[in-house]
Amino acid sequence: MNWLTNFVRPKIKALVGAKPDVPDNMWHKCPGCGQMLFHRDLEANLNVCTHCDHHLRLPVLKRLASLFDDAAYTRIELPKVPVDPLKFRDRKRYTDRLKEARNKTGEEDAIVVGHGKMSGVDTVIAAFNFEFMGGSMGTAVGEGIVVAAHLAVQQKAPLIVIPASGGARMQESILSLMQMPRTTVALQELSEAGLPYIVLLTDPTTGGVSASFAMLGDIHVAEPGCMIGFAGRRVIEQTVREVLPDGFQTAEYLHEHGMVDMVVSRLDLKQALGNLIHMIMVKKISGNVELITRESIEDHLDQSDEEGDLKVASGPVEQPIPDDPKPKPIKKDDD
Amino acid sequence: MRNFLDFEQPIADLEGKIEELRHLVDDGEVNIADEVGKLQTKANKLLTSTYAKLSPWQKVQVARHQDRPHCIDYVNALIEDFTPLAGDRNFGEDHAIIGGMGRFRGQSCVVLGHEKGNDTESRVKRNFGMARPEGYRKAIRLMELAERFDLPVITFVDTPGAYPGVGAEERGQAEAIARSIEKCLQIKVPLISTIIGEGGSGGAIAIAAADTVMMLEHSVYSVISPEGCASILWRSADEAKTAAETLRLTAQDLKELKVIDTIVTEPVGGAHRDPAGAIQSVAQEIENHLKDHMALDGGTLRSKRREKFLAMGRP
Repeated sequence: MNWLTNFVRPKIKALVGAKPDVPDNMWHKCPGCGQMLFHRDLEANLNVCTHCDHHLRLPVLKRLASLFDDAAYTRIELPKVPVDPLKFRDRKRYTDRLKEARNKTGEEDAIVVGHGKMSGVDTVIAAFNFEFMGGSMGTAVGEGIVVAAHLAVQQKAPLIVIPASGGARMQESILSLMQMPRTTVALQELSEAGLPYIVLLTDPTTGGVSASFAMLGDIHVAEPGCMIGFAGRRVIEQTVREVLPDGFQTAEYLHEHGMVDMVVSRLDLKQALGNLIHMIMVKKISGNVELITRESIEDHLDQSDEEGDLKVASGPVEQPIPDDPKPKPIKKDDD
Repeated sequence: MRNFLDFEQPIADLEGKIEELRHLVDDGEVNIADEVGKLQTKANKLLTSTYAKLSPWQKVQVARHQDRPHCIDYVNALIEDFTPLAGDRNFGEDHAIIGGMGRFRGQSCVVLGHEKGNDTESRVKRNFGMARPEGYRKAIRLMELAERFDLPVITFVDTPGAYPGVGAEERGQAEAIARSIEKCLQIKVPLISTIIGEGGSGGAIAIAAADTVMMLEHSVYSVISPEGCASILWRSADEAKTAAETLRLTAQDLKELKVIDTIVTEPVGGAHRDPAGAIQSVAQEIENHLKDHMALDGGTLRSKRREKFLAMGRP
């Protein structure tokens, strides 16, 4: 079989020629309603089901593009961290797991930090990549949050963190646990600089991530239906020995229990977050409001480049600031 | 009656034999005191050598030993005029975390710690040392109180982890832990934590982001229990022993990784063989570190604490 699959099949493929380049899955089945969704329709709708509004996972780079003005942002290169300091090996080596995840995602680790404008306001976003080992938090992810918070302080910009994580990365054991106080210190510096910290909770946010920076936001926004909690469902069921009700640990459940300020559809997030940031950062619209300009960002970035601790990677196309940075207020039902 | 762990069986056999021989002496038989003496030396040697090279999994068992001194024993032995303070002022009182004020070697202080209980009734009352959100919120309240009145905080960590229950989730377990960690890193008074048994994940770090973090020689501290880790990564709880070895959860490992600051030596055969001795060793270390921290002004102290945690995991 090995000989057939590894040797014969590639030879035949090479002779016949590779298949035309089409996505593997042209159609996706919505886990919410079971309807088939055409991949282009789904993408155009930010991976929200067009039939039942179920929120499928959104790849991290698309997430960033969906939030920044004109989808333009600069990606911040993160400093390298020690690889596998504990020489961890379960059924597989951690280094192999890392390699696999890197090949699969093309990313170094489970976090991406971007810097751009939202509603015309200079903003830093740190977003998790769930595709990378379940978005688990090790030293590299901690580093991402620390860098993002420091950049926000430096730029006097608000910070948005978007967790999508099963929690601590077990392969980094105690060092992953230590990222909980570590990220907390970075956020304290942000808070003491008087800058807002907004958490956008997405599916899932659990364990060590929810029990640290993900629950320390000034404002907590969550996507509909996403799972948020401390302990996993299975662990709780084993502990209390009963089946948990539907809807337990969902965004709506947390909203009901006072842990989340609002549950907002992905399609309205850009406006909702932009609106919050604008209200906090631009206190008076008439009069002498100094909006941060593209030049001042570049100055800041140049400085940070010289300091050598933050490197700016070339990101998507930079766009001029939109003419009307003030977002329209969104309509929200009050209950 | 001493409770022996599985790996202590050879020691248990020897000590049993000694006990038997002693009874014979009492019966007025031939002088076998020499024999008892020899066996005693042998037993002591075996105990010392066994405990000198405990495997991580054996340390997990020692850390969970039912006779190991618990938080309440430290409080009773070390804190004069201990005055328990209860409640989070929001929901309730959590008996899994002991909190209060007292005097440690003459110095007024706030004391916090997980308590597992020592018999069925107290274990149920203490929820086996697994705190709920109100426990962490009580800890936050008492740390705030300590800061307002300029009192150092001493914490004792001994928990399998925060309680994974429906009510705990409903009341925001994650948020309570996050805020408790935040409070540890916010207060401008000395904070000293000792892991006296089990340091179970988020439930432990919630009161252990301290100026000095100490561990008893055979205590353990980890992101997840070996059983939990085994069932996730090995898909079998039977691999707990392997997981314990892989997780690097011993005091010696954590000192090497610079996650903790000090290891407190335990009496030969573990803290459960000589609770009073273990408690005094911990007290001595607390006193030494407390003196150092109290010499600093609050701002400097807090900056140093924050810098320490900000560097965790950096090369």
